[in-house]
Amino acid sequence: MNSRASRPLRRFLLSTVATATGVLLLLSLKPHTTAGAADADTRPTAPLPTPSASAAPPSTGSGGSTGTRTVDGDTVQTRYGPVQLRITLDGGRITAVSTVQVPQDNPRDQEIAGFAVPQLTQEALAAQSAHIDTVSGATYTSEGYIQSLQSALDKAGA
Amino acid sequence: MAETGARLRRVEQTMGTVFSFDVHGGGQRAAAALEGAVAWLCHVDEVFSTYRPESQISRLAAGTLAMTACSPEVWEVLQLCEAAERRSGGWFSAGYAGGFDPTGLVKGWAVERAAAMVHSAGAEAVCVNGGGDVQVRGGPWRIGVNHPLRKGELATVVHADGELAVATSGPAERGCHILDPRTGRPPAAALASLTVICRSLTDADANATAAYAMGARARTWLETLPSTRSFAIATDGSTWSTSPPRG
Repeated sequence: MNSRASRPLRRFLLSTVATATGVLLLLSLKPHTTAGAADADTRPTAPLPTPSASAAPPSTGSGGSTGTRTVDGDTVQTRYGPVQLRITLDGGRITAVSTVQVPQDNPRDQEIAGFAVPQLTQEALAAQSAHIDTVSGATYTSEGYIQSLQSALDKAGA
Repeated sequence: MAETGARLRRVEQTMGTVFSFDVHGGGQRAAAALEGAVAWLCHVDEVFSTYRPESQISRLAAGTLAMTACSPEVWEVLQLCEAAERRSGGWFSAGYAGGFDPTGLVKGWAVERAAAMVHSAGAEAVCVNGGGDVQVRGGPWRIGVNHPLRKGELATVVHADGELAVATSGPAERGCHILDPRTGRPPAAALASLTVICRSLTDADANATAAYAMGARARTWLETLPSTRSFAIATDGSTWSTSPPRG
């Protein structure tokens, strides 16, 4: 058996791996290491400061707000087509989430759109009413909806 | 400008889902680390995506890349997958369909590390949500758990102050994407959703996946896991939860 002979090699390999991991961690802190960061400035969701932002604004906070208003999220390209959401706020509170654009080219797309929008509408409203910061759930596939919704929330400072 | 009370939010689409960051404090260092964390997630997608033919995982599966030529993260994830497989008695598996497919673990692992990167740069509180799986540092945070049977309602709320992870498995949004590794089919007696709460999202995500695949056997197994809580909703709407073993 040559298992004994292969031991030192394996140990060497593992220590090399450990060192390389350390190096990689350092590298990955630099934003220029991937294409993902390179086009960050062209994306609709560059980091936006959200003044006095709270994921769950108090429902009583009507002071300073100007009644009902709507804010459109960015148009987000998804594999199913462009998606854009509009939120309606009343005194800083989200009262509705509607779609400006959803992919509706074929039955499959309609199914996705019809499913995801009510879900996210309810989720946004539930998150707000329960004063929570984030929601855990089974994996989202409705990327575009969430992204457009987030950008609308950011713009609204909601 | 860089006052410690500032708050940063960021949404990034990669790995076939959406990642959102909520960062409190830490000023410009935390802001730079946030950019680094986003780049890290994109890097993980490039290395591990099974949808990209040029990724290391795809080339491993195709036999055009040797394990010894893979980058260190691939080795790290392989070891984490092996540990998760041992811990779950084979219910978590990265080896089905012939090749090495660590998809069930990579997202949680990547999010956990992204949160650590931003927190260690000085942020007071960090919340990273990767497609419904959440890792927080600092706090306090309130993390809602979606009710899988009543759309738009929350089933419970997890209060976190410090390092905590919440991972939920279930067929709720994507259709059933978790298969019993022993049969290759969706689990028998499937739960509507299963949420696992512990410090590390790598563990929470892998354990939620394994336990969901176990179906009716999940509860007994979850009760044996140290420092882990879980919350399940059955398809009939009944719920159960587990706490860590005593002692």
